[in-house]
Amino acid sequence: MSFPSGTGEAPAIEVDDLTIRYGDHVAVDGLSFSAERGRITALLGPNGAGKTSTVETLEGYRTPSSGRVRVLGLDPHRDHRALVPRLGVMLQSGGVATGIRPLEVLQLFASYYDDPADPVELLELVGLADHRRSTWRSLSGGEQQRLSLALALIGRPEVAFLDEPTAGIDPAGRLLIRRIIAELRTEGVAVLLTTHDLDEAERLADQVVIIDHGRLLADATPADLMRSSDAREVRFAAPAGLDTAGLAERLGAAVSEVTSGEYLVAAEGSPKVVAALTAWLAEHDLPLGDLRVGRQSLEDVFLRLTESAASSATPAMSSRGSRRGRR
Amino acid sequence: MSAFLAQTRTELRLSLRNGEQLLVSIAIPLLLLVFFSLVDVLPLPDGVDRGVQFLTPGVLALAVMSSAMVALGIGTGFERQYKVLKRLGATPLGRPRWVAAKITMVLGLLLIQSIVIIAAACLLGWSPGGSPVLAPLAMLLGAAAFAGLGLLMAGTLRGTLTLALANGLYLVLLLAGGMIIPFDQMPGPIGALGRLLPSGALSQVLQASLRDGAPAAGSSWIVLAVWAVLAPAAAIRFFRWE
Repeated sequence: MSFPSGTGEAPAIEVDDLTIRYGDHVAVDGLSFSAERGRITALLGPNGAGKTSTVETLEGYRTPSSGRVRVLGLDPHRDHRALVPRLGVMLQSGGVATGIRPLEVLQLFASYYDDPADPVELLELVGLADHRRSTWRSLSGGEQQRLSLALALIGRPEVAFLDEPTAGIDPAGRLLIRRIIAELRTEGVAVLLTTHDLDEAERLADQVVIIDHGRLLADATPADLMRSSDAREVRFAAPAGLDTAGLAERLGAAVSEVTSGEYLVAAEGSPKVVAALTAWLAEHDLPLGDLRVGRQSLEDVFLRLTESAASSATPAMSSRGSRRGRR
Repeated sequence: MSAFLAQTRTELRLSLRNGEQLLVSIAIPLLLLVFFSLVDVLPLPDGVDRGVQFLTPGVLALAVMSSAMVALGIGTGFERQYKVLKRLGATPLGRPRWVAAKITMVLGLLLIQSIVIIAAACLLGWSPGGSPVLAPLAMLLGAAAFAGLGLLMAGTLRGTLTLALANGLYLVLLLAGGMIIPFDQMPGPIGALGRLLPSGALSQVLQASLRDGAPAAGSSWIVLAVWAVLAPAAAIRFFRWE
């Protein structure tokens, strides 16, 4: 299977000014982005950002309150029957009868499609060839995720929606899933995956769409996102509650404590500044944790974007604790 | 293989693999039939001398209730809870073929149950009377009524609640439905109420179809037909896929 990628052709996924309301609650608020064939697009955001609502609208489970979505040029809800044979879907959890065996469910799903992939090959691809006799309920969480991925791919989809494909998976399983997803790119599949895992987005995605409170915060390649951020800064970790004013005086630049124990120096990351910083810490007999100069990680960008969005919108950010927990 | 056939085959296979479902669909009806035919402890309707003559139609009615209401309801309830139905919504299978596969699964189960129960009844010396050609029609109407009740529970309640309610209802409808305890041996008001239940109507209709000397069941046919229309209509109206 190969598809011409990009030029002149409509994007595989178009989201145009999408708004989704549940009663008074606005889950998605004027969101627009698009995703191309042969590219992996990561939809990134904290819990409750509107990721699943957006994906479920693209899958045809919901209808927009306003705005428009198109998948392969079709309306996912109205043109459901025409579209669904060309889609692959991986739900966040469940989706399979508990008493069914891996090969059985793959063969069953294969029967739904005109030109399915080979169930046995697919079972081997996801590393479950040894689990022919196990039922779904006896598989581990990671094995269930891999089987769900295989089910998303059995119909040779042109567009794959993967909702948190590596959530709760062991490292080996995660690598395997990432390798399979990366392969989809070369087959021309448009992949839209949602994730909290910034590392995953950074490694896997060609395009990262960051949303929070249902609004678009950024839409760019991972490299552009990290480069575009202000490089004139030094970040470091040290004990909480440092004398930032004293340090600022020494460095001749503003110092702020971003979160407890994490500091930002608004200065070019020159050797001179770094030397002055480490000397000051040494004089005060303080340990130095992380130290980063210039290029930010996607995580920094993500935190900066979502935090500034939080401070400009409602202050109640539920996922703050879990973010800090990532460190 | 076509999607419909594959779906039906998988539904049947999963049902037959499920121990609890086999217990309710096959083991319990068979046990009731064999035990109460051999051990003379249950009251019999007036004019019946051998238990198996009364029990066989009643146990066939019970078999319909166990596949169409209990097995179908509990199975579908958990499929809804575990998002199986949601996931199927994102495949080309489609709801009409899914419903058709479920109906065929219930009919397949019914066929297996009927063969086992009739074979056991014959070994126990059962001789059918009445007008047996009407029995399959009665069982189909009963299946529609009970499937409607099962899917109504499955489509509105959580899986575990459906499990509890379907099993509880099974017991109540069994005892109050004249399936193993004849209506004419119950206190009048309970018997009168029981005849309005889908289980009561089905057992009366099957008695009339399969046993000489059973009371005519004209009004029970009407009660059964009403259930066979209302219950599926309610299921269609209230079923939530997610």
